[in-house]
Amino acid sequence: MISLAGRDIMNAWGKFVFTGLGLGLLIGVTLSMAGIYRGMVDDGKALLDNSGADLWVVQKDTLGPYAEASSVYDDTWRGIHAMPGVARVANVTYLTMQVRQGDRDVRSMVTGVMAGEPGTPGWPPYLVAGRQITRGHYEAVADIATGFNLGDRLQIRRNHYTVVGLTRRMVSSGGDPIVFIPLKDAQETQFLKDNDAILQQRRRTTANPNFNRPQIPGLLEAVIALQSSNAYVNAVLVQVATGHDAEEVAQSIRRWKRLTVYTRSQMEEILIGKLIATSAKQIAMFLVILSIVSAAIVAFIIYTLTLGKIREIAVLKLIGTRNRTIAGLIMQQSIALGIIGFVVGKITATLLMAPIFPKYVLLEPLDSVIGFVAVVVICILASIFAIRAALKVDPAEAIGS
Amino acid sequence: MKRFPIQKRTLAILVVLLPLLALFVYVALRSGPLAPVPVTVARVENRSIAPALFGIGTVEARFTYKIGPTFAGRIERLEVQVGDLVKAGQILGAMDPVDVDQRIRAQDAALKRAEAQLSEARARQTYAQTQARRYKELLSARATSEEILAGKNNDLQIAEASLSAAQQEALRISAERAALIAQHHNLSLIAPVDSLVALRNADPGTTLVAGQAVVELIDPQSLWINVRFDQIHARGLSANLAAQIVLRSQAKAVQGQILRVETMADAVTEEMLAKVVFDQLPEPLPAIGELAEVTVALPALAAAPVIPNAAIQRNAGQLGVWQVIDGDLQFTAVTLGDADLEGQVQVREGLEVGDQVVVYSAKALTSRSRIDLVDQVHEVPR
Repeated sequence: MISLAGRDIMNAWGKFVFTGLGLGLLIGVTLSMAGIYRGMVDDGKALLDNSGADLWVVQKDTLGPYAEASSVYDDTWRGIHAMPGVARVANVTYLTMQVRQGDRDVRSMVTGVMAGEPGTPGWPPYLVAGRQITRGHYEAVADIATGFNLGDRLQIRRNHYTVVGLTRRMVSSGGDPIVFIPLKDAQETQFLKDNDAILQQRRRTTANPNFNRPQIPGLLEAVIALQSSNAYVNAVLVQVATGHDAEEVAQSIRRWKRLTVYTRSQMEEILIGKLIATSAKQIAMFLVILSIVSAAIVAFIIYTLTLGKIREIAVLKLIGTRNRTIAGLIMQQSIALGIIGFVVGKITATLLMAPIFPKYVLLEPLDSVIGFVAVVVICILASIFAIRAALKVDPAEAIGS
Repeated sequence: MKRFPIQKRTLAILVVLLPLLALFVYVALRSGPLAPVPVTVARVENRSIAPALFGIGTVEARFTYKIGPTFAGRIERLEVQVGDLVKAGQILGAMDPVDVDQRIRAQDAALKRAEAQLSEARARQTYAQTQARRYKELLSARATSEEILAGKNNDLQIAEASLSAAQQEALRISAERAALIAQHHNLSLIAPVDSLVALRNADPGTTLVAGQAVVELIDPQSLWINVRFDQIHARGLSANLAAQIVLRSQAKAVQGQILRVETMADAVTEEMLAKVVFDQLPEPLPAIGELAEVTVALPALAAAPVIPNAAIQRNAGQLGVWQVIDGDLQFTAVTLGDADLEGQVQVREGLEVGDQVVVYSAKALTSRSRIDLVDQVHEVPR
């Protein structure tokens, strides 16, 4: 039994392969778009994973610390540490800002981590180079996406930090790479204004007769000192002791400490359902449109390919070929085209497209499988139109005009 | 012969399709979540580490003298500028005496008047004494009456009382004068010790309240650094340890040592406080309030199993490391000991010298992760 489809492809294999390549690029873009969507969601989850927390304790009635601003006193953790079911607690601060290094600056999320040892909540869970922070001040661990190298001197506000370690996939929900610095420096960073602003603030305070009272020497200095200190952090990260239910511990902190507490699933809901909801929907919509367009293009290609062979099909009919054979010919060609397209698409999406995107592109194997099934189904559906056209051909056309 | 072109075409198709297929298989298995995680490993070493403590502080003067008036007043003159070295007892300036000089002159006049009154009283007393004696003799000669003698004795007593009053009045006035002179002296601003003028808060003509400082003096020999160490990283902090000081304005480190560790820690910032003195004061003198980074070296510890701190991870609530045993990953809980500032940590329990542990990994590991041993993780593209 000779494969009619194979023979036909052999007949014009160059054209066939190039059509497949073109289709592949289109499928590649669609797969990349799915990857971008997955990447966005994964960025949000990576942020939660990397913080190493089971519970996030934030300012009452806020969606902090990622989706909204939140500040709690930096000694709140002591009270929370004493709650039953709490294994470890750590203060943490987050501030998205431009971090300067030499002439360039990189948009990154500066995270302040509490002094301690590796494994403390909030610390980078793994490194790709260098070491973890050991000094209580002026050291940084940066995500490699920042482009910083070990030993680089970073400038955050007016202080300089030495990069001692590099890590990977530590990003904010917006995809900005994270720079970890010691908490005390980070608290200062959040609060510290530039020197001009500080001078102006001092001048303003000095000009206020309520604070600048000659009868009370030292009052002005005390007020100014008070204005330039920051005893707040953005959240307290809590790890729940084994054998305790996170929701129960959260409930007791909510009840007795009168703070808002989020569990992992609630935090995911906030990040994915609220923070990146619109942009994720935007990308998802793009994905849907692109899939429809790809499907339409596949259908058109198969259809035109078939119409291009209408004369040969008429000859086949004339020599008495069964309809099933002709249908098989078209469908097999269509599926072969789809497979070539998918293979090329997967390769280009992984090797060419994903690395050049500035944000993380996550190509999930399951997505690829779904993509493959979708491509095959679309090809089969598209070939049905072509088959209908082919079967309606009048055998007389083979000899006519 | 007829089949040959087809053979050639089949070959061409194979040339195109086979590499494509190979690439596809490679891509599917070597990238994305299915790909093995590149990791680097290190062996647990037996070595000695020298822990160190790191803190930051500000330069402060141990002795600060705030010189100002004890009464409200106006500055008349101020002869020193910031940076001047002054001697003990040197007059730095003076407050406006207002009416003190005039009051001293008035007391001078009052004193003279009191002295005149005193000599008058003395003269009266001498005369009264003479009279009393004469009449006593006269009475013994029966030349006068007892009544007259009693009158003369009375006069003498009155004169003596007046003399005593005049003497006390003179004393009072001279004491008051001395008080005014002391007050006048008190208006001078005097350096208590040899020192350096660090701050000049007011200029002549300024009115000040009592106790407000006009100038601040510091003893330049007594500069020290008030250093703060995070309590969690302050184990082993004690007096007399050598310290390395880096001032923010000078890149070069200078040597010093811990003078004392404060008994009172900072309860709010969770820091320990210590005072660090310079072995040799830097020239020029560091500014008061300058930021300084202080590294305190602790004695080296005996050799023990040591791992890099990058290897330490927390898994299921336990602190440990990923151990590579026969190419498989296994999470081993460890108990950590002391650490140094270069990222080396002692392992008290859980690992043996020579064990292989994962140091760097391109993503978080689980016990099901496939690993790929490489030399450098951060070169691997994402």
